[in-house]
Amino acid sequence: MNHGTLERHSLLLLVAILIVVSIGGLIEIAPLFYIGSTIEKVQGMRPYTPLELEGRNIYVREGCYLCHSQMIRPLRDEVERYGHYSLAAESMYDHPFQWGSKRTGPDLARVGGKYSDEWQRAHLADPRSVVPESVMPPYAFLEKTPLDYRNIADQLKANRAVGVPYTEADIANAKTDLEAQADPNSDGADAIVKRYPKAQVRDFDGNPKQVSEADALIAYLQMLGTLVDFSSYKADAPENKR
Amino acid sequence: MQAAVSPGPGIRLDLVLVPTLLALAAVIGVVEAARSPDPLMVIQAWTFLACLLGAGVWFMKRYGGGIPADEAGAYQNDVVKAGVIAAMFWGIAGMLVGVVIALQLAFPATFSFPDLPYFNFGRLRPLHTSAVIFAFGGNVLIATSFYVVQRTCKARLAGGAWPWFVFCGYQTFIVLAGTGYLLGITEGREYAEPEWYLDIWLTIVWVAYLLVFLGTIWKRKEPHIYVANWFYLAFIVTIALLHVVNNLSMPVSLLETKSFSAFSGVQDALTQWWYGHNAVGFFLTAGFLAIMYYFIPKRAERPVYSYRLSIVHFWTLIFIYIWAGPHHLHYTALPEWAQTLGMTFSVMLWMPSWGGMINGLMTLSGAWDKLRTDPVLRMLVVSVAFYGMATFEGPVMSVKAVNALSHYTDWTIGHVHSGALGWVGFVSFGALYCLVPWLWKRERLYSNTLVEWHFWVATIGIVFYITAMWVSGIMQGLMWRAYNDYGFLEYSFVETVQAMHPYYIIRAMGGFLYLSGALIMAYNLWRTIRGDVREAGAQQIATAPALAVQGAVS
Amino acid sequence: MEGLNYEQVAGFAHSWGVLYFLALFALVCAYAFWPSNRKTFNNAASIPLQDDETES
Repeated sequence: MNHGTLERHSLLLLVAILIVVSIGGLIEIAPLFYIGSTIEKVQGMRPYTPLELEGRNIYVREGCYLCHSQMIRPLRDEVERYGHYSLAAESMYDHPFQWGSKRTGPDLARVGGKYSDEWQRAHLADPRSVVPESVMPPYAFLEKTPLDYRNIADQLKANRAVGVPYTEADIANAKTDLEAQADPNSDGADAIVKRYPKAQVRDFDGNPKQVSEADALIAYLQMLGTLVDFSSYKADAPENKR
Repeated sequence: MQAAVSPGPGIRLDLVLVPTLLALAAVIGVVEAARSPDPLMVIQAWTFLACLLGAGVWFMKRYGGGIPADEAGAYQNDVVKAGVIAAMFWGIAGMLVGVVIALQLAFPATFSFPDLPYFNFGRLRPLHTSAVIFAFGGNVLIATSFYVVQRTCKARLAGGAWPWFVFCGYQTFIVLAGTGYLLGITEGREYAEPEWYLDIWLTIVWVAYLLVFLGTIWKRKEPHIYVANWFYLAFIVTIALLHVVNNLSMPVSLLETKSFSAFSGVQDALTQWWYGHNAVGFFLTAGFLAIMYYFIPKRAERPVYSYRLSIVHFWTLIFIYIWAGPHHLHYTALPEWAQTLGMTFSVMLWMPSWGGMINGLMTLSGAWDKLRTDPVLRMLVVSVAFYGMATFEGPVMSVKAVNALSHYTDWTIGHVHSGALGWVGFVSFGALYCLVPWLWKRERLYSNTLVEWHFWVATIGIVFYITAMWVSGIMQGLMWRAYNDYGFLEYSFVETVQAMHPYYIIRAMGGFLYLSGALIMAYNLWRTIRGDVREAGAQQIATAPALAVQGAVS
Repeated sequence: MEGLNYEQVAGFAHSWGVLYFLALFALVCAYAFWPSNRKTFNNAASIPLQDDETES
């Protein structure tokens, strides 16, 4: 057998493997981008505010998704425990998705507004001070660490590049929006609510002197699951049939 | 055997290209270290440069005095030896981190760090999973594939210094990914956490790996490509495809660590679990099945039970596996048709899996007595039994009705570990126990009694681990959906957390036993490498590769 | 692109999908059990046992 035949045989094997494997992936994943009803039509979804986005980065950085899901399944007990089941539309601006795969702690898809900022602060710093049986690690360093948001405008740009509809104005005002959201007395408070409807503007970490990582993370937690207007959502409408 | 042979006429291209590539990488590292405004990127860049320096020094030492004898003989063994040692090291490191995070869940107040971000569960857990899967498992796969492809092709490893680039590049990836997790650098998607620049580095290393492997196959003196190489090839090619597609992302800038995934929400979820499930299918299954198809016949000194079955096994496994991913997303916002598709294929997957298991186990038919006398062969065979168990449990859990209960609970963790500890771990240990005496030319292992100890300590550890997780998982699943007589949910969430406590302690004990077994192995292999023999006069068990037993089955 | 709906995808899977899998399976079985391949495969099965370190 000559050299060419030997190479041909292995390349044939290689190509056959690639074809078999690619067809599986393509047929399964590609329709999600083309079937119209994959993402429901809902009212209220908007991109994250700069402060919420930074909070989300901390959520990702600390690996919260390893113990907390953000995906309520349409099962009776879950809906009663956590609220309306999650819609695909609710994570349409999530790069990456944070649905999670394990509930060592409870689901967080609709944790926004369930607890006060004070509770969130105390719980993050020392979970067992408010929930004695909790197994969550303490994150006391968050409120002591100033938030590093030097590249927030670039972060918005990167998100826009992958499909999040941030406007030029959003990007130009990213830094001031971020600072304004953590400071209820700032001049920018009105502008941010106009740009990002339902945005919550206040000093989340109880320390007006600095924008801390706790500010960002709590701002993110407090908005989770609060955007979609469920009174206008029709689950049985033909465009939402899936 | 002389230490080095004089270089032949002309310059070896690999000895120009590999240092050039390393130098180019170093230039990029220097630029990042000097220019990046991101303090984490600066740390990663310096770590990268340190790794490259280490690799550079190693290359100088190896090739400074001419071409080493290792690259002039029939087979290139040094890089396989390095892989064996790296696998042992990372295996123990990864299992140790596993025990630590198990303790963190069992005793959260004791093992917590309020003011230190680096060592909390959320950062250590990816360190554990990546260390055991990619660092331990990856090194086992690279080392065994380099060993097996040479023997089954009767050809020396292709590429000269390139296999060393693959080895050094892969360790660099591991070091940067691992330290990065501790610093908080992550893409936030399970088993694909490393950030964009490491993904690019791994892609380069992986392409080199594929070319070394293919190049060796092209040099083969045996017309047929042995089936173990099919499995290795499917593993290498498919992992490359999965890795590239799943890690498509947009960096904030070329000088920043942070990036945002190219896909969002539901599309991102399916891409990720297409990747995640096939990392199980092609990394933890296809790759290790290649080990099964070489090491069990070799060790048992008989050909595989049915070579034809192995061909059907191969094709059905790869074309069914690739579809099974959506079963990780049952009852989520993923459209129902995709969930149904995932469930159907997951259930079908049971057939090729058991076909492979039967093929592995039946290879022993007529030689079952060897299980009594050879603890290494027993380890290999028990791994296949665990493979059968895990691949039966998997399809069951992929049924939506079962998944409604099992998903989000410890049952999943138990299932993963019955596959990881029982199948991947044991088949790897078996291969390492075979490889060390073969590579270092020792007549036998330092001690077979210690292999027995390893086997039993690890087996008891697995039993502790998976039974604890079954009980806690099913219990928590049932508690979440329990209603009282008035039609209200019976338990608050935290009551279900409290109920897990005893099982988390048992799990930590199981993990500790498994780690102890690995330490026993490391000691045993280290003494074997040194050339020591513990039990003089004990019954001789052939550890050297057997001579041909053609005609045993024909 | 809104053109594709659930029914069309399901219809495609029920017809061409099944055909694709059956064809692939038949192809693999034919290759594995083709009588003239028997000798190749029997030889192949003994590849791991033939070799050893004598060459090095």
